[in-house]
Amino acid sequence: MRHLLGADRLDADTALAILDTADGLKRTLLGREVKKLPTLRGRTVITMFYENSTRTRVSFEIAGKWMSADVVNVSAGGSSVGKGESLRDTALTLAAAGADCVIVRHPASGAAHRLAGWLSDVGTCVVNAGDGTHEHPTQALLDAATLRDRLGGIDGRRIGIVGDVLHSRVARSNVHLLTTLGAEVVVVAPPTLLPTALADWPVSGLTVSYDLDAELPTLDAVMMLRVQAERMHGGFFPSAREYAVHYGLNATRLAMLPEHAVVLHPGPMLRGMEIAHAVADSPRAAITEQVANGVHVRMAVLYHLLAGEEDQA
Amino acid sequence: MIVLKNVRPYGEDAVDIRVEDGVITEIGKDLTAGEIFDAQGAVALPGFVDLHTHLREPGREDTETIETGSRAAALGGYTAVFAMANTDPVADNAVVVEHVWRRGREVGLVDVHPVGAVTVGLKGEKLAELGTMARSQANVRLFSDDGLCVADPLIMRRALEYTKALDAVIAQHAEEPRLTVGAQAHEGETAARLGLAGWPAVAEEAIVARDCLLARHVGARLHVCHVSTAGTVDVLAWAKARGTRVSAEVTPHHLLLDDSRLATYDPVNKVNPPLRGHSDAAALRQALADGVVDCVATDHAPHAPQDKDCEWSAARPGMLGLQTALGIVVKTMVEPGLLDWRGVARVMSERPAEIAGLPDHGRPIAVGEPATLALVDPDARWTVDGAALASIAGNTPYEGMELPGAVIATLLRGRFTARDGKVA
Repeated sequence: MRHLLGADRLDADTALAILDTADGLKRTLLGREVKKLPTLRGRTVITMFYENSTRTRVSFEIAGKWMSADVVNVSAGGSSVGKGESLRDTALTLAAAGADCVIVRHPASGAAHRLAGWLSDVGTCVVNAGDGTHEHPTQALLDAATLRDRLGGIDGRRIGIVGDVLHSRVARSNVHLLTTLGAEVVVVAPPTLLPTALADWPVSGLTVSYDLDAELPTLDAVMMLRVQAERMHGGFFPSAREYAVHYGLNATRLAMLPEHAVVLHPGPMLRGMEIAHAVADSPRAAITEQVANGVHVRMAVLYHLLAGEEDQA
Repeated sequence: MIVLKNVRPYGEDAVDIRVEDGVITEIGKDLTAGEIFDAQGAVALPGFVDLHTHLREPGREDTETIETGSRAAALGGYTAVFAMANTDPVADNAVVVEHVWRRGREVGLVDVHPVGAVTVGLKGEKLAELGTMARSQANVRLFSDDGLCVADPLIMRRALEYTKALDAVIAQHAEEPRLTVGAQAHEGETAARLGLAGWPAVAEEAIVARDCLLARHVGARLHVCHVSTAGTVDVLAWAKARGTRVSAEVTPHHLLLDDSRLATYDPVNKVNPPLRGHSDAAALRQALADGVVDCVATDHAPHAPQDKDCEWSAARPGMLGLQTALGIVVKTMVEPGLLDWRGVARVMSERPAEIAGLPDHGRPIAVGEPATLALVDPDARWTVDGAALASIAGNTPYEGMELPGAVIATLLRGRFTARDGKVA
């Protein structure tokens, strides 16, 4: 693996290898007081965040530091980006300064792919930490890790992804990764929040529904997506209240899920909108486990990108 | 005096053509005297006319100038181009259109006809002084807010109605702006997967349908810029069948390329309207063959490298077109048998000249007619090298692509403007 740009490019073997590494790292660190492995000592990892993010940036930073990499955080606000420097120049500058890996979050879909192209000659690897409304592959990997923990596996499971799929990079990455790992995925949303021609996507095991109540009893897991405030004013649905009534996961709907089913949310949550307070805090919800798994999965990704080649050598 | 030896008008039997004082004076065999140009069996066509060119002067001379654009046009076989109005300052008044017209004359490689803006500053709010531009030295007969749609139905109605008195035509960039807020790519399966906000076909089709109804209602002429969807073809066929005075153009890139190009996120493929689906491109080729779409127009739109070598959403839409148009028409229309060389003459020269009311372009290749010609080697194949094109901007989606058909010479009123791949 040269870069991690999208879950659409991950084959099942690679994805499972990352998940297994993450499991191993998790076990290794369990109960340790000093959470530090020497694996990436001397390697430089730069996070480049062009959008506000707390959990993803912190998660990558911790992952890098626990692997003993030198982690440098660049945010669009406090850098030359604010002076109008292009993404290409910023990337080339950071690579020239010695970055082994650039982790990028950017509002433009495809930004990580462009970066990988510009950096192809210098050998810096690129991790996509969220590009526009396209992909967020480490989120899908950490979701998969969480589902494996809770459900014992992913192959053959039926997983619902509910909410603003149209604008969600989390949904796109999960559709690709979960189906690659053998799950059936049903995407549930009002028609205005579904991507074009979803049924025609070259993805097997993907179905679409407008009716959450009809799907809930069939699901092994349900992933609730945040509905961003700007969508509420964009005419995608009549009101927040109506959305919550039809697509919010409340206690009544939680009871419609099979007993073993698990509730995921990539965060940040809008309690009372797509997920009720009681559901978010229920034992069925795996939301804090997702965050914990996020660190291990990102450690595993950095390991496969930066340490993998040494293994082969 | 020039004698063009061994040329095949419209790809038919080889003849010699004598040119004197800018006019074809004799067509026959074994003509001699004067300067001899051995065309070695090249196809002779009337010089091409481009209804849709962005020459970027004034305002973005770092990407193209009237001079460099004229060179690209001459090398591409063009003898007349229509320079779009979205310059800086906007060509919405007589001063700017006369400047463009005069610069075109000074360069002298191609007849540069400025297009006037329909509305002041391309804002879509208030009619520009169309009559003053029409009566200026630039003699403007084509008006367009291209790049932007004249979206307000009342403004569009007035523009269509008003130009009836000017013997002019409104060329509409059909894009309902409310349906394309933030749009990045053709609304379809590919863009949805890639997370690129959709530019739906209906945003074009709804405006074309509305404008056809308006044009018929007021008895005016309408020209539709860069038709990109199969649905627009259906609307045009319907409107033409009921006698609406509507004409339409298609770009080479919409004939050849489709949204499968989006996968790399390389903005050289970003253009407005966007590259559509595979079936749209097929429908456009058929429509051009059938005459539902009248002509090919390049929408030649040079952009600086920093406006293309960036993330997709930050990139500007548009691509070079003047020097690749013929090759793409040969590739998409001639080679598959959709058009013969008479057909190429029709869509590249005769119809656009008619639409724009140019009396001395798109003329038959006959004695007494202007020697305004493109000579094409139909068997040549060449590989596109953006840096080698005459435009200042060098980025092109056709980089490295092999194209059939090469322009070996262009003549404007009896004078070589391009010859053997070089500006003459």
